[in-house]
Amino acid sequence: MNSATLLHHQQPHSYVGKRQPRVEDEALLRGLGRYADDLAVPPGTLHAAVVRSPHAHARIQRVVIEAALQIPGVRGVLTGEDVKRWAAPFPVGVRQPMEHWCLAVDKVRYVGEPVAVIIAEDRYLAEDALDAVEIEYDVLGVSIDPEMATNDDASVLHEAVGSNVVNDRYFNYGDADTAFEQAAHRLSLKVRYPRSACTPIECYVVLGQYDPAEGGYDVMANFQGPYAIHSVMARALQVPANRLRLRTPPDSGGSFGIKQGVFPYVVMMGLAARKVGAPVKWVEDRLEHLQGASSATNRVTTIEAAFASDGRVSALRFDQLDDCGAYLRAPEPATTYRMHGNLTGAYDIHHLQVRNRIVMTNKMPTGLNRGFGGPQVYFALERLMQRIAVTLDLDPLDVIRRNLVPTEAFPYRCAAGALLDSGDYRRGIELGVEQGGLEELRQRRESARREGRHYGIGYTVAVEPSISNMGYITMAQMPEERRRAGPKNGAVSTATISVDPLGSVSVHVSSTPQGQGHRTVAAQVVADVLGISLESIRVDVELDTGKDAWSIASGNYSSRFAGAVAGAVHNAALKIRARLDAIAAQQWQVSVEDIRFGEGRIYTADGVHATSFQRLAGATHWAPGTLPEGETGGLRETAFWTPAELTAPDDDERINSSLCYGFIFDYCGVELDSLTGRVTIDRYVTLHDAGRMLNPQLVDGQVRGAFAQAVGAALYEAFHYNEDGSFASGTLADYLIPTTVEVPDPTILHMETPSPFTPLGAKGVGEGNNMSTPVCIANAVADALGDAVEPGAIELPLTPSKVRMLMGIEEPPRPEGVAEESAQASTGGGSKLSASDSVEIPASPQHVFESILDPDTLKAMIPGCHSLELTGDNTYRADVTVGVGMIRARFDARVELTELEPPHSLRLSGAGKSGMGDAAGAAKIRFSEIEGGKTRLDYDYEVTVGGKIASVGGRMLSSASKMLIGQIFSRLSQRLSGSTSKGSLWQRLRALTGKRGGDQ
Amino acid sequence: MYVRLDERYRVTLTLNGRERSAYAEPRTQLCDFLRHSLGATGTHVGCEHGVCGACTVMVDGRATRSCLMLAVQVEGRRVETIESLAKEGELNDLQHAFRGHHALQCGFCTAGILMSCHEFLGRVMDPSEAEVRDMLSGHLCRCTGYTGIVQAVLAVARARQNNRQETP
Repeated sequence: MNSATLLHHQQPHSYVGKRQPRVEDEALLRGLGRYADDLAVPPGTLHAAVVRSPHAHARIQRVVIEAALQIPGVRGVLTGEDVKRWAAPFPVGVRQPMEHWCLAVDKVRYVGEPVAVIIAEDRYLAEDALDAVEIEYDVLGVSIDPEMATNDDASVLHEAVGSNVVNDRYFNYGDADTAFEQAAHRLSLKVRYPRSACTPIECYVVLGQYDPAEGGYDVMANFQGPYAIHSVMARALQVPANRLRLRTPPDSGGSFGIKQGVFPYVVMMGLAARKVGAPVKWVEDRLEHLQGASSATNRVTTIEAAFASDGRVSALRFDQLDDCGAYLRAPEPATTYRMHGNLTGAYDIHHLQVRNRIVMTNKMPTGLNRGFGGPQVYFALERLMQRIAVTLDLDPLDVIRRNLVPTEAFPYRCAAGALLDSGDYRRGIELGVEQGGLEELRQRRESARREGRHYGIGYTVAVEPSISNMGYITMAQMPEERRRAGPKNGAVSTATISVDPLGSVSVHVSSTPQGQGHRTVAAQVVADVLGISLESIRVDVELDTGKDAWSIASGNYSSRFAGAVAGAVHNAALKIRARLDAIAAQQWQVSVEDIRFGEGRIYTADGVHATSFQRLAGATHWAPGTLPEGETGGLRETAFWTPAELTAPDDDERINSSLCYGFIFDYCGVELDSLTGRVTIDRYVTLHDAGRMLNPQLVDGQVRGAFAQAVGAALYEAFHYNEDGSFASGTLADYLIPTTVEVPDPTILHMETPSPFTPLGAKGVGEGNNMSTPVCIANAVADALGDAVEPGAIELPLTPSKVRMLMGIEEPPRPEGVAEESAQASTGGGSKLSASDSVEIPASPQHVFESILDPDTLKAMIPGCHSLELTGDNTYRADVTVGVGMIRARFDARVELTELEPPHSLRLSGAGKSGMGDAAGAAKIRFSEIEGGKTRLDYDYEVTVGGKIASVGGRMLSSASKMLIGQIFSRLSQRLSGSTSKGSLWQRLRALTGKRGGDQ
Repeated sequence: MYVRLDERYRVTLTLNGRERSAYAEPRTQLCDFLRHSLGATGTHVGCEHGVCGACTVMVDGRATRSCLMLAVQVEGRRVETIESLAKEGELNDLQHAFRGHHALQCGFCTAGILMSCHEFLGRVMDPSEAEVRDMLSGHLCRCTGYTGIVQAVLAVARARQNNRQETP
């Protein structure tokens, strides 16, 4: 670690590590920021408006632009025809025949997809002409739900691929099969993580220009990187990279990953400028942004753990289905692999199996979003850890403690290849418990519960990866494909420091910040190394690919600034200092070791020689003849830095997906309003170890910002699509971002375990709470709701209506003197509905059939079944709690299995009575054998309810029944896939495809 | 004032204490007029449908969403934007407090928030935290988690209150 070097040179007045107010603020507070839409445009600039698809999936028959061109002020329309003539589709991260162009050329695949660009004298006129473009669509069927999109009969988005599943990979680390076979317990949980986005308040802005003389494009955009995407844009524009000059403005109004998604518009506006022969500016509006900019990837995860009776987990299995929307837009499927090396979280778990599938649906394409892959992984992993504790009747915190990576194990190599650089997780837990007041929170829960209130505590531990390995994205490829393509790895960061003839210092970093205070931190680092005042340093964060030092990892993402970019700044400053050391040593005839920098002066330790920094540095310009031999004159140094630890994926599929891994321990207490279902966060404690903190004020700012966004993701925000693919979250009145009254002030705790791998010992800290907080709140809500709620039903966002539904209404006690009635099904007079569905079960029809006849299996299948008593031939009396809508009731029911035709079909029926009404249901189940020794169960069911339960209305009843019946069969599936006698589902899947991940 | 759709009108107003005028169409939004015709780019536009609050300015002393108002509506009126807050080149107490409490990151929503706070503090002398949070709930900030903003406003209110008590 180089921080020893820094400490050696540390000045009496040091900036790094202090709560230094920001140099950015002075201009921003005066309204003098220079954001993309504030900058002057060249004379004659025209303005663009984008015509977007109203359909989720349709073939474009005709685009007629004549009427639009007749509108006064309209100067041109860019269409798919132009794009096909001048551009190419964007390169895609997986080897599949699928094309994504900056404008739709043949089909539209999501609502809001750009189809044409109106170019007019001003933005108002351009928008006027939007409706005048006539587009004939041939509307196609849609795929919206990611699981249904994988079905054979699903509507396929990219026909040439032949399926919506565009990537399917298996990984095997250690010997999970054996660990699962030998484990005392195993538990599986299926969860869905929804779509949301961090929605910066400034939308996209692009100013495109085309120079026909050079055949090049010059585009200003509030792009955030990664600059690997510059290659994607240049290839789409069919120009060498030096003919795409991409510039960013001095200020950017937030991004959180989202402004990576501006890149298709960079290409689009370059082409628009070419079309009209004038500069073209486009400012995205909020409605466009919400429906078409970018979204986090929604994921369906089935996670399974093998564990001992003390809660120690020996193996994990992840089955992750990632819905990347209509196109696999670069850098996707990076969401899936960003966390790959550290999928085992903060835990010491040696055996791991992973299946990752990428599915296309008729939704807006996904991209970077703060937390990127983390919230999805931790929602599955930490919900599972909570379930393990509940199942074993242990304290969740004890289960966490027992599984943590031991302190003495760092640097720790995770099963899938992450090298956890440093940490002391156990101490982190103890600090968090003590300083955050966990004991008090427990007492509050106890007293709340005594009063009958719904109060719960949730816990999460997480490692927060930062400084992505540019090679992790290639994990979507098979090892052979990677070998053929050549290794990809590393994360080059750059910084340039110049000292001008008057000795003032300018710093340039290629980190394109959007409010994180990079200018302040870079100045802190340089001020310390060169012993000059922070105020005297000017830091420039604009990036011009035509002039500045940059590389593919440039840009602002994967929390790379503090660890990587500030480190490069430090290295560049050390280079400047080394040159000045040598000049001073020669001038004064002293040793380099005797030279000191401080208070704007350069002097010898003994105080004999001294001069001002400006004078000595200026000499490199004014008097190069006096300099030591080898000193070139002028004073400008660029440092490139990439960490050696970020190697390419190996043949065993291990990947150190990030350089640094911070540690987070969160817990919170929440209360549920029993009337409205509103979740109130009573207290939220978040402990961070992000290595050495360069500016604690900015660290807290990052934690608070991420926390607020995570509260939104946990409780309010979701991009909702209707069944036909129409977008239902199109305004900020539909997409609910939390305000001051919804975001509590979290208790923030810190510890510092410096990273041995970064120049300053710092790690990233910007994304942690986006990863840890959603699941921590969900765990607290789960704790508050208690065991009656199906674990998989706890889905984000936990809106009041959803929580209220989960809480249910408890059945009132039977009034005294009312005799117990015998269980009799009601006939007629209630709500009735019928439907059919199907499910696949990983066992043979015979086995499935027999299992249903087994009373133990039957009891396990029925959700909320307290007891099941055999009363006759395949006839039972059951005591069951069932929730329909908000009503929860305990039924005395008769359950029967009839019409047995083994192993082809049977009839499962039940009827019962409760204080809340009565219900009867029957399902005709047919068993058919399908590929891979599995069984497909087709069932038609009919449900009749009467009494209070029926008052919930047909629609809710329909969805509740569907869920209830679905639960019956998923429980059956889970129970049968849990039996190891016929080999695990995993083994059979692997045998089926013949694919293997890396064995030990 | 009777207006025709296809004509431009000279709109004259007092912007940050100075008389300014420029041409606007009847449908020109006030925010666009301020930013692109008068060059007051400190005011930002975040949603154009009145939810985010980034474009808040003061019209005749009242905090107003400039995306929900037309340029022609401010004819002859007094408009103040974020550019008016620093007096004689110095940040005012509210701006200082924002800096000290790390109440801004990207700074994009800050213009509108400052204007709402400016109006609020002129009218509510001794606000509670709940009142401050309620006032700020008309603004969306994605960077800060709001803590610093709430602290800054409360600190300014306290300091002004102390000043008033010291100099009756």
